[in-house]
Amino acid sequence: MTTVALKGLLGRKLRAILTAVAIVLGVAMISGTYVLTDTIKAAFSTVFTTVYAKTDAVITGKSALGNTPNTNNGLPPSFPESLLAKVQRLPGVAAATGGISDLAHLVGRDGKVISGHGAPALAFSVHPRGDQRFNPLTLVSGTWPVGGRQVAIDAHTASKEGYKVGETIGVIARGPVTRYTIAGIVKIGGVSSLGGATMAIFDFSTAQRIFHKEGLLDGIDIAAKPGVKPAQLVREITPILPPTAQVRTAQAQAAQATKDTNGFLSIINDFLLAFAGVALFVGTFVIANTLSITIAQRTRELATLRTLGATRRQVLLSVLLEALVIGVLAAIAGLFLGLGLAKGLNALFVHFGIDLPQAGTVFATRTIVVALAVGIVVTLLAALRPAIRATRVAPISAVREGAILPTSRFARFSVAAALLTIGAALALMLIGLFVGGISTTDRLLALGIGAAAVFVGVAMLAKTLVPPLARWLGWPAARFAGASGSLARSNAARNPQRTASTASALMIGLALVTLVAVLASGLKTTFENAVNSVFKGDYALTATDNFSPIAVSSANALKKLPGVTVVSGVRAGEGKAFGSRIGVTGVSGDIAKVITVEWQDGSQATPGELGRNGSFVSKDYAKKHHLSVGSPIAVETPAGATMSLVVKGVFAPPKGGSPYGDVTISTARFDSAYQNPQNVYAFVDIAGGVTPANTAKLNAALKAFPDAKIATASEFKKNQEQGIDTLLNLLYVLLSLSIVISLFGIVNTLVLTVFERTRELGMLRAVGMTRRQVRSMIRHESILTALIGAALGIPVGIVLALMVGKAIKYPAFSIPVGTLVVFIVAAIIAGIVAAIFPARRAGRLNVLEALQYE
Amino acid sequence: MSTIEEQAQPHGPAARDAVIAAHDLTRRYGEGETAVDALRGVSLSVGKGELVAVMGPSGSGKSTLMHILAGLDTPTSGTVEIAATEITTLSDGELTRLRREHIGFVFQFFNLLPMLTAEENVVLPLSIAGEKPDTAWLDELLDRTGIARRRSHRPSELSGGEQQRVAIARALVTKPTILFADEPTGNLDSKTGGEILDLIRSSVDTYGQTIVMVTHEARAAVIADRIFFIADGLIVKELAGASTEDVLTEMSTLSS
Repeated sequence: MTTVALKGLLGRKLRAILTAVAIVLGVAMISGTYVLTDTIKAAFSTVFTTVYAKTDAVITGKSALGNTPNTNNGLPPSFPESLLAKVQRLPGVAAATGGISDLAHLVGRDGKVISGHGAPALAFSVHPRGDQRFNPLTLVSGTWPVGGRQVAIDAHTASKEGYKVGETIGVIARGPVTRYTIAGIVKIGGVSSLGGATMAIFDFSTAQRIFHKEGLLDGIDIAAKPGVKPAQLVREITPILPPTAQVRTAQAQAAQATKDTNGFLSIINDFLLAFAGVALFVGTFVIANTLSITIAQRTRELATLRTLGATRRQVLLSVLLEALVIGVLAAIAGLFLGLGLAKGLNALFVHFGIDLPQAGTVFATRTIVVALAVGIVVTLLAALRPAIRATRVAPISAVREGAILPTSRFARFSVAAALLTIGAALALMLIGLFVGGISTTDRLLALGIGAAAVFVGVAMLAKTLVPPLARWLGWPAARFAGASGSLARSNAARNPQRTASTASALMIGLALVTLVAVLASGLKTTFENAVNSVFKGDYALTATDNFSPIAVSSANALKKLPGVTVVSGVRAGEGKAFGSRIGVTGVSGDIAKVITVEWQDGSQATPGELGRNGSFVSKDYAKKHHLSVGSPIAVETPAGATMSLVVKGVFAPPKGGSPYGDVTISTARFDSAYQNPQNVYAFVDIAGGVTPANTAKLNAALKAFPDAKIATASEFKKNQEQGIDTLLNLLYVLLSLSIVISLFGIVNTLVLTVFERTRELGMLRAVGMTRRQVRSMIRHESILTALIGAALGIPVGIVLALMVGKAIKYPAFSIPVGTLVVFIVAAIIAGIVAAIFPARRAGRLNVLEALQYE
Repeated sequence: MSTIEEQAQPHGPAARDAVIAAHDLTRRYGEGETAVDALRGVSLSVGKGELVAVMGPSGSGKSTLMHILAGLDTPTSGTVEIAATEITTLSDGELTRLRREHIGFVFQFFNLLPMLTAEENVVLPLSIAGEKPDTAWLDELLDRTGIARRRSHRPSELSGGEQQRVAIARALVTKPTILFADEPTGNLDSKTGGEILDLIRSSVDTYGQTIVMVTHEARAAVIADRIFFIADGLIVKELAGASTEDVLTEMSTLSS
């Protein structure tokens, strides 16, 4: 029996390969994801270990609000420079150096900010003449920068932008762009770039000056005296620290830095694995369907085996063995394809602006084990049902003409079972979405299993839906494509189960794409509505990258322009109130001229009446903490101070997003409470409103601020939506993998169908069908299958989007009709592509051989 | 019942208005020592409105002959003319057009499309060619073939005889120049087979349809105007208006 199974597999190589493709792609995605993230993790870990190689302990600034990275500018507060002397006097300390770290954009020759593609623009200080043992940087060429006119830059930027030592480069630290001479080009921790981050390095006192940190430090690197353990050093230092500083051993610091990046990488990892899971799930449909068809076609062969004495068990095992061999080979192929895919994914991320460091490729044992195990298990699971069906072949079929597989005993309950499955699946999803007191993991698990079960249920139901769908969707083909079209229509409905399974694989991908598109569309619509109701100025001033905070000086530069009547910025930072973190914004009275919100209490005049202790809060926040006008509210700042405020107004932000944080104070108060205050955006009113001349005038004034730009209301909306679009495109690309797999499913089914209908095709050719007509017939069947997939998938996607939207209190629900039409067109194209190979095979059939084919 | 023994001229009496004429056909399969000569120089012609049977034991080359005559296979040498067109050099597209316009087929295993009704199967060659059926002709055809009442049934709901009637109607619907029938009764019981043979004969008598039928059954062959006996790739005998006894005698000579 083993030989029969293996020889049979060899005899059906093409089918085996087509079946395997689904697994190969899914497994490749798993192994590629692991290889990618492992490699990046290893690279970061090496970098951080190198950076702290000669340091025993590190003091860094600490936000009084806690350790999680800040949302706005990512910088913890600085601490007084006097701490350095105290540390140096400690008995265990051999040497200690203080440093500044901040953010500063490099400006390229074109006058534009050199993009780190999402990575930060880092700035560090060095002590050019002192002890370099703590310095994580190494000079590639030139010297360390000295004095107020010199800078060193990272080797990645230097080579990418073609900068050499001795040339000048613009830097934006605080305020307008300033030109510096490049004194040196450096590497950090042995690599030329930290994930695409740009670096600007100044000498220590210059750094203190340009970042307005005179008398302050951001970090102290410490070496212990011989015999003093790092942990002992930390114990010595801890008591003398101010509240906004913390000390760690160098090892712990490196681990913390690695952990921070790994946290991000784990999210990427899980994200990509989720898509690999979707791809494999689609793959199971393809495999199950292919094996079912193969088994139906081998009915006589299996029956013959039974007449020769094979037991049901042997038949079952022979089918499973066939699947096992396919699974093993496919998983191995996928494993190695994943290595290549890892590089591809990296390129993809770079394209979407996430540049990550790469060192030697890491091919972990875990990767091999997981990829192989998943590939094999998935294949076997998919083969189980067809294998069980194969055991139901009666020996008598061996001698019967046109014997078909008996239907399952449960076949007549199939509609009920399908509806039951869908019902249970939706219930599970509703639990995951709406029932309180469930952990996020359980919630996601319920959603994932629920969604998978919805797909299974719809696939079960699809068998019943296929005949009417084929009739409606095939109408144009039958009407306009003559005999080929109408035969294709009947063929699609001929074996509903087969068409249903094939279309269901595509349905999954299309449903998910639809879900994403509908949610994104809702998000955009509400955001646009919000901007329309809020944005009353002529122009907005934002960062070039649309989201970074911008220096206040850029707004000040616009104020001086003739004709400009209002420039009002919104400061943003973090605070802590009622035990949790909140967004704090700072505004001045003239903001009311450029931003309109509805007031539950107070009025547009409220922002101008805040004074030193006044604040206004959002409606939801007020409700949550029972605040009303007159209520006191204490807000802690990252520097550790507490502001005692009084609520003077409650505003109702529009659904698509609020221009202000939970708590808003006056600009004056904000600037005194926060180090380095920055605007998230500012709004401008100018005489004459939006005109090309005004736009040019404002842009000219921003020449010294390449990190900031001017946008009209519609540009502002478009810019802010770019982030959504980028994410959307990334999701589309990742989901396209599962769509590609389902295309192979269509190819598979068609190839097998052509094989099965050989004699019929011969007859059609004999009675006058041309090759072209044969190809057209197969193509229409393929398109019809794809359209059935779309007809099932798009509604499922919309329903899922409705549920998810309801659960996350989605402000608006809008169906992106244009996008959905594009999906349908894409499904048609997919159908055409999938048909190419099977149609060619069908067209090439020799009429005579086809007629004689048994 | 006159018997024309060892006819001297292979083109026969109907040579002047022949709808199909084959000349010196050979067909060799394979190469070198393993080569098999299925046909070794066959010439024949069929006149308009003639029903010709090709008989012979299995392996005699009768099927190969029919496949070549119908343009499904290409001879190694020799020519075939259908409606004054030399068909052995035609491209696939030209052959397809020839089949559409001039040739009808009836197969042993009926070869109906399971998802189409009887009537849809009948008009299939027309729909493939993008033509509309002539309703009067279709009705008459369905009536004459005896499937008028079963026209909206699918093949799975029809008996074998009914299925072959549908197949014959399908072959006749285009009024082909020539109809090829490959063992049309081979898959039917003798009573049903007899009815099918009556139908084939009557289509010749009523419509003047030209038919070439390949068979190994004597009772099928006797409905033919002429019978060609094939053995080892050659026409060894030609009978006109033969009786069952004549045919059986001839067949037993051939296989002995």
